[in-house]
Amino acid sequence: MIRLFKVKEKQRELAESANGKTPIKKQSAGELRLHKDISELNLPKSCSISFPSGKDDLMNFEVTIRPDEGYYLGGTFLFSFQVSPIYPHEAPKVKCKTKVYHPNIDLEGNVCLNILREDWKPVLNINTIIYGLFHLYTEPNSEDPLNHDAAAVLRDHPKLFESNVRRAMAGGYVGQTLFPRCI
Amino acid sequence: MADTEAQPSRSRDLDKLLLRPGNLVGANFDPGEELRDDLAKYAKVLVVGAGGLGCELLKDLALSGFQNLEVIDMDRIEVTNLNRQFLFRFEDVGKPKAEVAAKRVMERVSGVNIKPHYGRIEDKEIDFYSDFSIIALGLDSIEARSYINAVACSFLEYDSDDKAREETIKPMVDGGTEGFKGHARVILPGVTPCFECTIWLFPPQVKFPLCTLAETPRTAAHCIEYAHLIKWDEVHSGKAFDPDDPEHMKWVYNEAVKRAELFGIPGVTYSLTQGVVKNIIPAIASTNAIISAACTLETLKLASGCSKTLSNYLTYNGAEGLHTKVTEFVRDKDCLVCGPGVLIELETSITLQKFIGLLEEHPKLLLSKASVTHQRNNLYMQAPPVLEEMTRSNLSLPLFDLMGKTTKTTLHVTGTTSKNDKKTSALRKLRVVFKGVDGVTDMDTAGGA
Repeated sequence: MIRLFKVKEKQRELAESANGKTPIKKQSAGELRLHKDISELNLPKSCSISFPSGKDDLMNFEVTIRPDEGYYLGGTFLFSFQVSPIYPHEAPKVKCKTKVYHPNIDLEGNVCLNILREDWKPVLNINTIIYGLFHLYTEPNSEDPLNHDAAAVLRDHPKLFESNVRRAMAGGYVGQTLFPRCI
Repeated sequence: MADTEAQPSRSRDLDKLLLRPGNLVGANFDPGEELRDDLAKYAKVLVVGAGGLGCELLKDLALSGFQNLEVIDMDRIEVTNLNRQFLFRFEDVGKPKAEVAAKRVMERVSGVNIKPHYGRIEDKEIDFYSDFSIIALGLDSIEARSYINAVACSFLEYDSDDKAREETIKPMVDGGTEGFKGHARVILPGVTPCFECTIWLFPPQVKFPLCTLAETPRTAAHCIEYAHLIKWDEVHSGKAFDPDDPEHMKWVYNEAVKRAELFGIPGVTYSLTQGVVKNIIPAIASTNAIISAACTLETLKLASGCSKTLSNYLTYNGAEGLHTKVTEFVRDKDCLVCGPGVLIELETSITLQKFIGLLEEHPKLLLSKASVTHQRNNLYMQAPPVLEEMTRSNLSLPLFDLMGKTTKTTLHVTGTTSKNDKKTSALRKLRVVFKGVDGVTDMDTAGGA
């Protein structure tokens, strides 16, 4: 009865009060956790972040990685991040926007990184993802390939792999595929 | 003259609960006909979702004496719904679920009034939700539940002792089903754990490594996900995959079959394809009926006080035999959605910079290098450098102005705090009250010039 009573009471109250406080739309818990992750970002000099939709939309941003060692030294690679409203329950969707000759990144930009899919845990954050991506460039591996040709070359002919990477980054052909310049 | 032949009252079962006292009744239970009639006249219940659970909920609530119902659903009826969403018939395929469901229940239960809403829950104004006494959920995703939970908890207000103010509590009854399993829970914001408090209960979603899909598929699901996630983009680059478009689904199915043949993997069927792509588990009518009954009972208890509600999470498993259990989960005091946060009183003149300094000294916070966000506006970010630059100009402005000049509001801060000499990061909710605003009584100005 008490609840109903209060309902009747409240209806009377609302009818009388002129300017009741209107509850405003709140940020989702996911957005707040993302806000925390972003404000704690500790990126190495080779990685930078930008927010194309402005300072108030943290759910969509871009990260640029410039490897400072390894096969991809000197190249610039752009990644897009799309964070879901139920973050960190779900990993952000990350795609590589720069066409790259890489055993773990296919030509559509899909990235094979375990923490983006099967090994994602809510305790991980944006920083760990960016470090993971950086690691892909300093230590590409032929064990989990998305680009089987590149993986085979890396495994069997590392010197050829090196020159393929350089040619791709300079804006040339590897096999039938033309890569845009990114160096 | 005797009326022994009179029809038994339609509410005879309900009367047993509402018209007489008992040992398990809730606090302030006041049995009587007035209670039963008030339930019909004043209780307004919103049913979110008009699918498997929603249809059952509407029927159960209408038959339980609730006469003011509303239902919201954004989908249209499909053929595969008909095995359990019993309010729909073959001729209804293609029509909005909410509208057909409302119509059918009103036809069968006289006196009930159901207002349908065909649309998304996110498209309704917050005011829409504030009208209801209780919100009953028959949803099928974490995202939707999270949204409604945030809306219901946004009505919650705390007094200066950090106790929830009873008249601002918007109760929710949340049901969910998956095959032979289901749950029903009672959420009283500020009293029981809210949806976010217990979101850690969900197991991580099953995701296959992309390289397994690309190189070494072993199961039918791998073949399907390959077609869905990798092959689709290769062939239709740019066009988004729409799981509700049968042409898209058929394309994925055909590609999955080709791949399965290539690797000699059996088991790819069209219905498995739908299941994997849409994350569907086959639905069973009986589970929906059971969970809906539990939810309706809790709604009745909440509205009438005829019994103490279940406290607070019921799980049901009918896979082998039948098992149910009720667990009493506790609230997360620091929950960002339903928690009280820390109460802070401020002058309207204080700048954002001074406020950030204040957080370092506040005994309940001791938060250094704080970043501040208010309702989707990032007022100041300590990092990364690009955002720090974009928000630096806010530091010298009065916080009151930056937050839209409202006397009472919530904001969130994140920074570093130290506990036992160990530095940890912290995300805190703050309840801010501004003093000295016109209309707010202030001792100092009471007798002033």
